[in-house]
Amino acid sequence: MAMTAGDIETMIKAAIPDAQVTIRDLAGDGDHYAAEVVSESFRGKTRVQQHQMVYDALSGNMGDALHALALQTSAPKQDAG
Amino acid sequence: MSGINDFIDNEVKTNDVVLFMKGTPQFPQCGFSGQVVQILDYLGVNYHGVNVLESDDLRQGIKEYSNWPTIPQLYVKGEFVGGCDIIREMFQASELQGHLEEQGVAVRGAA
Repeated sequence: MAMTAGDIETMIKAAIPDAQVTIRDLAGDGDHYAAEVVSESFRGKTRVQQHQMVYDALSGNMGDALHALALQTSAPKQDAG
Repeated sequence: MSGINDFIDNEVKTNDVVLFMKGTPQFPQCGFSGQVVQILDYLGVNYHGVNVLESDDLRQGIKEYSNWPTIPQLYVKGEFVGGCDIIREMFQASELQGHLEEQGVAVRGAA
């Protein structure tokens, strides 16, 4: 069962409410997406921890329905002012 | 610990750098595994490749071992460093070279 970009965004936001999620469909097959997730809750966490938070949000779908989700996570850029 | 967990634990602890991947360093069988192989080869790092396609227990066991749902997975000095995205991001930010050197792993003089 292929997932849509909307499914992924909804699942991520359900677990990380303040997340800004940008999803690109890499192959148009519902199986290969690139997602950029920006959230304050990532601040101070390692990349592995940040990615695990997103994988947990997609609980159970990673690896089977979603063969490959290219992830990019970060905390919001702090204002220079 | 189950047999497969012992095997994984041993591979992780007895190799400075070990990459659990689909296929082998000579013949990666997945684009993401292939990307990490290219990065490690570019850096001239000596690493041990483990082909998770050889057994379903291994393919599933490694995901449970690290609580990480995808392959490939890179370990340096027994510590899980990341999957393809993280390794690529660290490499592009020149953090991977520093991390390897900090861990006492020889890296070819990358630019």
